[in-house]
Amino acid sequence: MKDSVHTGDFCILTKGRRIVIIGNGIAGVTCARHLRKRDSEAQITIISGETEHFFSRTALMYIYMGHMKYEHTKPYEDWFWEKNRLQLVHGWVTSIDFGKKELQLQQQEPIKYDILILALGSKPNMFGWPGQELQGVQGLYSYQDLQKMNESTASCQRAVVVGGGLIGVEMAEMLLSRKLPVTFLVREAGFWEHVLPKEESELVMRHMREHHVDLRLQTELKELLDDGTGRVRAVVTASGEEIPCQFVGLAVGVRPNIELVRNTALEINRGILVNEHFATNIPNVFAIGDCAEYRVPLPNRQSVEQVWYTGRMHGETLAHNLTHEPVKYNPGPWFNSAKFFDIEYQTYGMVPNTWEEPVASFYWEHESGKIAFRAVFNGTDKRLHGVNAFGLRLRHEFFDRALKENRTVEEVLVKLQEALFDPEFYAKHNYEMLQAYNRQFGTNLEPEKKKKKGMLAALLGL
Amino acid sequence: MKTLQGIGLGMFLLALLTFNALLFMGRFELSEPEMAQSVKQEHVEVLRQELQPMLGKTYSSSFAFATDFNSYLDAYNEKQKNSQQWDRVIWDDYAFTLAKVASEGFVKNNKLLLLLLTVVLGAAGALFYILPKYKGEPEGIKNNGIMFSSNKSRGVVGISLGAYLILVYMLLYWFPEYIVNWTLLVDPLSHALSGGPASQWFLYGTIYTLAILVMGVRMFRRYRGNNYQLLRTASVMFFQLSFAFLIPEVLVLLNKPWYDFKNIWPLDYDFFFEYSVASMLGSGSLGMFMLIWGILLILVAVPVFTYFYGKRWYCSWVCGCGGLAETAGDPYRHLSDKSLKAWKVERWMVYPILVFITGITILTIANYFTEFALLRQSTDVLHQWYGFLIGAAFAGVVGVGFYPLMGNRVWCRFGCPLAAYIGLIQRFKSRFRITTNGGQCISCGNCSTYCEMGIDVRWYAQRGQNIVRASCVGCGICASVCPRGVLKLENGPEQGRITDIPVLTGNDSVKVLS
Ligand SMILES: Cc1cc2nc3c(=O)[nH]c(=O)nc-3n(C[C@H](O)[C@H](O)[C@H](O)COP(=O)(O)OP(=O)(O)OC[C@H]3O[C@@H](n4cnc5c(N)ncnc54)[C@H](O)[C@@H]3O)c2cc1C
Ligand code: SF4
Repeated sequence: MKDSVHTGDFCILTKGRRIVIIGNGIAGVTCARHLRKRDSEAQITIISGETEHFFSRTALMYIYMGHMKYEHTKPYEDWFWEKNRLQLVHGWVTSIDFGKKELQLQQQEPIKYDILILALGSKPNMFGWPGQELQGVQGLYSYQDLQKMNESTASCQRAVVVGGGLIGVEMAEMLLSRKLPVTFLVREAGFWEHVLPKEESELVMRHMREHHVDLRLQTELKELLDDGTGRVRAVVTASGEEIPCQFVGLAVGVRPNIELVRNTALEINRGILVNEHFATNIPNVFAIGDCAEYRVPLPNRQSVEQVWYTGRMHGETLAHNLTHEPVKYNPGPWFNSAKFFDIEYQTYGMVPNTWEEPVASFYWEHESGKIAFRAVFNGTDKRLHGVNAFGLRLRHEFFDRALKENRTVEEVLVKLQEALFDPEFYAKHNYEMLQAYNRQFGTNLEPEKKKKKGMLAALLGL
Repeated sequence: MKTLQGIGLGMFLLALLTFNALLFMGRFELSEPEMAQSVKQEHVEVLRQELQPMLGKTYSSSFAFATDFNSYLDAYNEKQKNSQQWDRVIWDDYAFTLAKVASEGFVKNNKLLLLLLTVVLGAAGALFYILPKYKGEPEGIKNNGIMFSSNKSRGVVGISLGAYLILVYMLLYWFPEYIVNWTLLVDPLSHALSGGPASQWFLYGTIYTLAILVMGVRMFRRYRGNNYQLLRTASVMFFQLSFAFLIPEVLVLLNKPWYDFKNIWPLDYDFFFEYSVASMLGSGSLGMFMLIWGILLILVAVPVFTYFYGKRWYCSWVCGCGGLAETAGDPYRHLSDKSLKAWKVERWMVYPILVFITGITILTIANYFTEFALLRQSTDVLHQWYGFLIGAAFAGVVGVGFYPLMGNRVWCRFGCPLAAYIGLIQRFKSRFRITTNGGQCISCGNCSTYCEMGIDVRWYAQRGQNIVRASCVGCGICASVCPRGVLKLENGPEQGRITDIPVLTGNDSVKVLS
């Protein structure tokens, strides 16, 4: 994994170096924590304008739904930062002078750095719809967005959510938790169509309808109408239909939040361009998390990865690189997860939305229509490419290993018992799946039995 | 649906109101024969003289009656103490017994009707409210609005409820004479089960059991589709109804000691106190069996079951305190304090209490075998103080009264010496752990928030570390509420159970220690 770059060439190494991180999200905070573990002398500062302390962005929806308060979403207690000598600055950076190595802040004194880490996160997309600036129309990304949503929906009778992805479903679920009827506009013919194969997409849509989401497929937003006071009163679709509503959630994806560094010496494209070590074109300036864009994307990976896990891994890797000999970013097999109302989703490896020969797929769905499993593999040598699981928990380690070791789909299916991660006393479906596979592919596989247990051992859970 | 629930809530509140109003109803009139029948022979004469002004007098409430009674008795005792006549002091607490026999009128004459209008109506109302819940909704846990609820989030309703519970517990433990009217209601049930009148403890047992059953039904609704929760709830309902409520009463009917076969020392703190041991030894072979059974539970069952299944086999599947916490206490589970500081306080409380009760018990047993030559009767003082401070004030008043204030496991977490003992085994010698699923944690905090024991589950999950904690009662709620399928309660080989050097799956660039 090591290569020829030495830490000394890679970044400033002086004792007590000032490392400044803009962004206290998962990427910035993970990096700071790991830096502190390996460099006890460095002065580490984390700046963010959003909230004073790190909180879990992924938990925003639960605050709105009353499952948690903001305090509950902080992964570390407030004393943690001082104890680890991570200085927090709550404020917005307005500009960066890369020459003088200095940051200007909106309210505080300028801050100087030796090493600058940009972990700026994302921003919700807005596609210039007429009326998108009206009150009651918004995306959901930041804590401030959440507060706004809270206020805007306090006196709302109907809501519209635009966009067929993960944040869209979350917004729909949030609004419904407050008993607001939701119309969900999806431009494509199916929910999250560019990621999910048809069956999975349908499974999710069935479940959304079960939750009384008024799902409108192939429906595009054209404009938003003003009620005369600057508030939204309706949306108009491309086909001219007017849907009255007092709140519109725009969840049509996010883009790297790079306004701060636009028109500077820093090279950007969609995001801040970085090499495989997260170095930008300016020495001692690095970028990680949602805002970074790989110059050369890794095989089978996007050039901008905007999920929690990648932010974390970027932070871990960069912290290593700033304190050891730099290594290339090398995430293991892809994984992700989400929850659509009550149905959990996990994915390991690469499952595309469509595929062609020689790629083949095995799909099994429980009669309830709420549990499903898909394996995508090479039809010739049966090598597993990836799996999707719905309403079913699977062990990450199991698939991480299976994918790295190039296991075949059949090796995985006969051992699936070991991968099940559902709570105790849940019905197990691995045998049913295997039978379905046998039927579909004319095989005769039997589940690989672990060493047979005696009655007593089984009883005692040995 | 909504109307039915509204009616249910109305019924419940009406029943609660009536129940409380009962305390101010009825008359109290103590006759001489009633008194003579209810007290020890040697006290009859004294009390006849001392209580002369009270006998035959009509009081309009138990409060007035008890006040008078206590003042006469206190005056008498004071006199004896002053003249050093210690053996003439009346130590027995007759206030409850006499108030009970003295009661007349409305409540006494309408026991069944009033039972129906209070306890039964309340339970029925609660069920009317609970059963239609989530009807027509897909399976899945709905924690919506919990943080906005005044009841569940330490609002006015929650604090008032806490205050009410604390008050009721104080009456129950220290002023039972004020709640005789409540015990009258369950007299018929007590007669049917054990053949005797209801004490305040029988009343308590009845309501406690009913609370577990009714709120257990709520658990069935709330966690439908989640087999672990359903089975666990069914288990605590079963153990409470049979082991803790019916069987002991039937034993009494058969003239045997009241005994709960699943209550284990040191939770059952007086198991080895002289009076308990004497009562068991005096009850023939069944009594002998009880003594041996109790000892086996402590020395064999606890270590063996805890080794195989973890603390949960007892705390969230069998125990009565756990049973109430897991059913009636479920709406308050998120109120537990998750801070590191609280964890410190927990350890500085629960283990000293274990040491303390173990010490008292050893002294008591040593004293017993040296035929009281060692410490004479002075262990009694220790017993009384432990019973007052820990047995009553902590386990009862704080344990349940603080549900709406500090969560449903205050006693189990900070006070219960049995939980401390089982916890030590779970921590150091058990196959139980909560496994975390690779790198899937998104640090959302649902697991920590809903941990009733105040364990910061997320701290472990987000660094890929198995959760092996003495306090974990294995309720499984963290795994149920986790939106990413990160947590799983498992029994497995001891090897690799404690992951001191956790590595999160997913990043192959570096092997970082989280
Ligand atoms: C509602 C929602 C749900 C999500 N759910 C999931 C999920 O389930 N799973 C998953 O994998 N991912 C999920 N994501 C995506 C995930 O949250 C992000 O990928 C991740 O948080 C990005 O982390 P980051 O550290 O790169 O940036 P961020 O968390 O965005 O942190 C960047 C911080 O920098 C601050 N900042 C930016 N510019 C400045 C400036 N000029 N001055 C001062 N401060 C500044 C920002 O205010 C922000 O606080 C979700 C996102 C959202 C919005
Ligand atoms: S609930 Fe699950 S995802 Fe959320 S912090 Fe806990 S383990 Fe992580």
